[in-house]
Order: sequence, then structure tokens, then C-alpha cells
Amino acid sequence: MNLDELYQEVILDHYKRPRGAGLREPYEGESHQVNPTCGDEITLRVHVDGDKVADVSYENVGCSISKASASVMYELVNGSTVDDALARLAEFTALMNSKGQAEGDEETLEDAVAFAGVSKYPMRVKCALLGWMAFKDALVRAEASIPGRTDA
Amino acid sequence: MEAVTKLDVDAVRADFPILRRRIGDRQIAYLDSAATSQKPVQVVEAMRRFTEHSNANISRSVHTLGAEATEAYEGARARVAAFIGAPSADEVVFTKNSTEAINLLAYAFQNATLDPHADPRFRLAPGDEIVVTEMEHHANLIPWQQLALRTGATLKWIGITDHGRLDLEAIPEVITERTKIVSFTHVANLLGTVNPTSQITARAREVGALVGLDASQSVPHLPVNVAGLGVDFIAFTGHKMLGPTGIGVLWAKADLLDAMPPFLTGGSMIKTVTMEKTTFADAPAKFEAGTPPIAEAVGLAAAVDYLDGLGMENVRAHEKELAGYMLEKLETVDGLTIIGPRVPIGRSATVSFTFEGVHPHDVGQVLDSEAIAVRVGHHCAKPTCDRFGVNATTRASAYVYNTHEEIDRLVEALGKVRKVFG
Repeated sequence: MNLDELYQEVILDHYKRPRGAGLREPYEGESHQVNPTCGDEITLRVHVDGDKVADVSYENVGCSISKASASVMYELVNGSTVDDALARLAEFTALMNSKGQAEGDEETLEDAVAFAGVSKYPMRVKCALLGWMAFKDALVRAEASIPGRTDA
Repeated sequence: MEAVTKLDVDAVRADFPILRRRIGDRQIAYLDSAATSQKPVQVVEAMRRFTEHSNANISRSVHTLGAEATEAYEGARARVAAFIGAPSADEVVFTKNSTEAINLLAYAFQNATLDPHADPRFRLAPGDEIVVTEMEHHANLIPWQQLALRTGATLKWIGITDHGRLDLEAIPEVITERTKIVSFTHVANLLGTVNPTSQITARAREVGALVGLDASQSVPHLPVNVAGLGVDFIAFTGHKMLGPTGIGVLWAKADLLDAMPPFLTGGSMIKTVTMEKTTFADAPAKFEAGTPPIAEAVGLAAAVDYLDGLGMENVRAHEKELAGYMLEKLETVDGLTIIGPRVPIGRSATVSFTFEGVHPHDVGQVLDSEAIAVRVGHHCAKPTCDRFGVNATTRASAYVYNTHEEIDRLVEALGKVRKVFG
């Protein structure tokens, strides 16, 4: 197995210097996700302003893959529209389920294409998706708390 | 460096074809036997022979295959009974695994609690106490936790010292006149601690409590004799002792099995059945509803034969040697902290550790790239992790087929982990 393919420089960089870490106010939705097989955890908050994801803040413990993935996700969705964020979520999920067959679109996924190699390791896909699952759940909660936006 | 033990490890390894498997360009170093052991050809062959030659359902048919299958299944029971020093084969109940064996016991308490005519030793009331330890595998914690919730009994536990040993000084205070059952692990699956049993059993006797032992990590590795241990129940599983998955064992004293209500009900556990009422078969059949794992029982008997052939004292000596070597070598790795006893006394060859700044998942991944198989995570022992303030550990566990060279490879590969994440 090629370790470099899994632990790309960009992944190790996000792991060592996570972007956007820490829990912040205000937020409308919060989610706590756990990976029961390894005990990795994340608490993630979403602040929605109009049609924008105005802030994503989080606290997590876990492996390099799960921590780097949350950091990369922060960069991708923070400040984007809710619709774009959901599109990135769908794209990243598809990449993770590709079993090594997809490369990911660098135009849209940016640093997250570095996780393409992770999709070859079924035991690690859940690590990469943990933060995204928390984002999805927190967004649903946030939208539910905003009048007129219960269709998300 | 190879120690002077009576185990011919090269000969043992030759019986395990999987150990010749290569992952990438390296031969596998399998250090995950505490999760599941590998199976020698003798076990695989015994199961294949049974399936090809004698397969039939048991205790039902008069035809030749039925008789052979029944004989093989009951023969396996007798074989297992002899292996653990049980006075009678009827005291050995086959289950699916240790988890089911412990649930069988916990449900005996629950079902007895619902039946005013049941044996009072199994009946629980609010205020009664169930005692476990803080170092249990979830399999010997959650069934008791649930039992306490459902019956109003109180769950108590013996804590762990900083050195990874049971806090035996707390025994008189934790085990009291209200304690009905003490169920504890013989060898802790995360810490590797081998627990002394006599102080706990003595105190339990004093207060009239029953005693169960989770022997999942001891029966495969040490000579275990139920008569000598002085406990009432032990649970263990086939797949950790060179046998197949899908078969486990609950051993209990005959008079207790007689007093226990059944857990699962249905076919082959009955004496007579009418539309209104059923009378149950005697133990062990009373606890083996439905078609049991027959080929698996044959495999387990072959595993027991294999272990007996090696000699459990030799197995223990080999693993003690490996435990000492592993502890000594791991202590030399910068940033590595052993979680559990740091000396090879009262300890199995299962060693958990954390590696400063690197998550166990990442440690395990880098080790896998060197074809070294270890377990990472919380090892179904979350409370133990909490006790030591860690989320997860990396755990290397050795068995009859492991060598010093494999431990050297582990230590060397940990250097590579440091390189990737340094």
C-alpha cells in the first residue's frame, strides 16, 4: 500500500494546522457525531445568514483523516451559499464512496480532492465523512429553526 | 534472542497458512489475536471432514449421519469440559460467543426475577447489587447494566489503579451483603491485566454472592481449571482460541444450571410441549434452543486438541516471554505510553499503548503498510479508556504463533509512524 497516497501533504497540513477550529456563537444548528468503532468525535455548529453559511465552527478529537477532513470542509463551505455547500457535500460523499475510482473535481472540491486516496480504504471512509455528516445534520437543524426554510 | 520455551514456534507457524500471506511485499505479522486468533489447518480440516462426511442435524434422527453428528457434537462438549476441568460435560453450554454466554446468565437473573417460584439466588430486587469491574469488555458490562435497569438492582464496580490493576482494597466495600452476583474479567482485553481471583471469590462466598468470570482472554492463553478457580460461571469463545467463530461456551455448576430459567426457547430444549405449557429439558439442552453450531463445535474440539497438544503451560510460558519482550521494546520508543501494567507479571501478551500526537487509527494505518496487523480503537472497553483519559489505543496482542522478530518489526515500524506524523 502506498502511504503517501493516503497521507497527502495537504491532509497532514490540515491535520497539523486545522482551519476554523473551535466552537463559536452565534449558531442555529449544532450536531454531535461519534464514530463508534474508534471513538472519534466531533461537535459542529452552523450559523446560517439568509442563504449563506455564515460560520461553521467545530471541536473534534480523532485521527488525521477525520480532523483534516473537517478542516478542509470548513474552507469549502464556510461563507458559501447553503445550496453550494450541499452540492459540495454530495460531491465529497460521492468521492468517498468511489472505492478509488474517482479523482474529484479540483475546481469545486479544492483541497478535498486530496481525500480521493482515502476512498480506497473502506475502514477510513467513515473518518473522512464524520465532519461532513455533522455539517449535514447541523444544517438541517439550523434550517429547521429558521422560519420558511424547512425544506432543506 | 529466541527464548527457551517448549513451544516449537516454527512448527506451530507451519500449521497456519494465513501467516505466510503477504500484504504488499511483506509477510504479515499478525498481532491481533486478542480480537480473533488465526486457525490451524487441523481445525479447518476437522470442520471440512465433518461437513463432507457426517453432516446432519443432531439429537433428532436415527440415521447413521444423525448419530455421527450427535456423537461429534456431544464429543466436542466432553472435550471442552475436560479442557477446563469441568466435573461433567453437562455443565458445558454451547452458545454463539462469550457475549451470548454472559447474556444467557444475565437473562437467567432477569427471568427468575419475573418468576416468584424461581430460585432466590437468581431473583433480584431493588437494593440488590450486581458487581463488575471498571476494566470489563462491554460484553461483561452492558448485560449487567441492562439487568440493573430492568430490575431496580444497583450496578457497582471495582475500580482500576494507575498501574492498570484492580483496586483490590475496595473489595470489602464494593461487594456487600446485598451483592447477588459478581461478574468480572479474568484477563482484561485492553489492559492485558491478569486478575487474581481468590480475593474476589472469597469475599463473594462470605456474602453469599454468585461469581462469574469472563474468561474470553484467559482460556485461550492460560491453563484454566474451573474447579481450582472456585467460581460459579465462566464464559469464553471459540474464535479467540484457534477455533471457529460462531461458537462460545458458558460453563456453570450443575445445580445452578438446574436452577436457571432458560434464555432462548424453542426447538430441542424441551421435555414435553402442549399448546398451553412446556416443560424444559435438563441442562445443557435447556439452554441450546434451535439447531446449534455443530461443525463449529467440531472445530472447537479440534482447537482444544491442538492447544492440549502444545500444552497450556507452554502456551503461557511462550506468551509471558513475548509479553516481557514487547514491554521492554515498546518502552524504548519515544513518545509511547503503555496503558496497563508495565511489567510482565500478572499480565498477558496484549499490550495497549498511545503514541504522543498520533491517533491510533493513523498508527494502525502505517503499521498496516508494513503488513503488521494490530487493533486500534476503544476495544469495546470505553470505560477503561475513560479511566486512563484516552479516546482510543493501539493494541498489539500475541499468541502461540508470534515471534520476537515480529515484535522487532512492530517497534521498527513505530519509527516510521513518527516519520510520517513527526
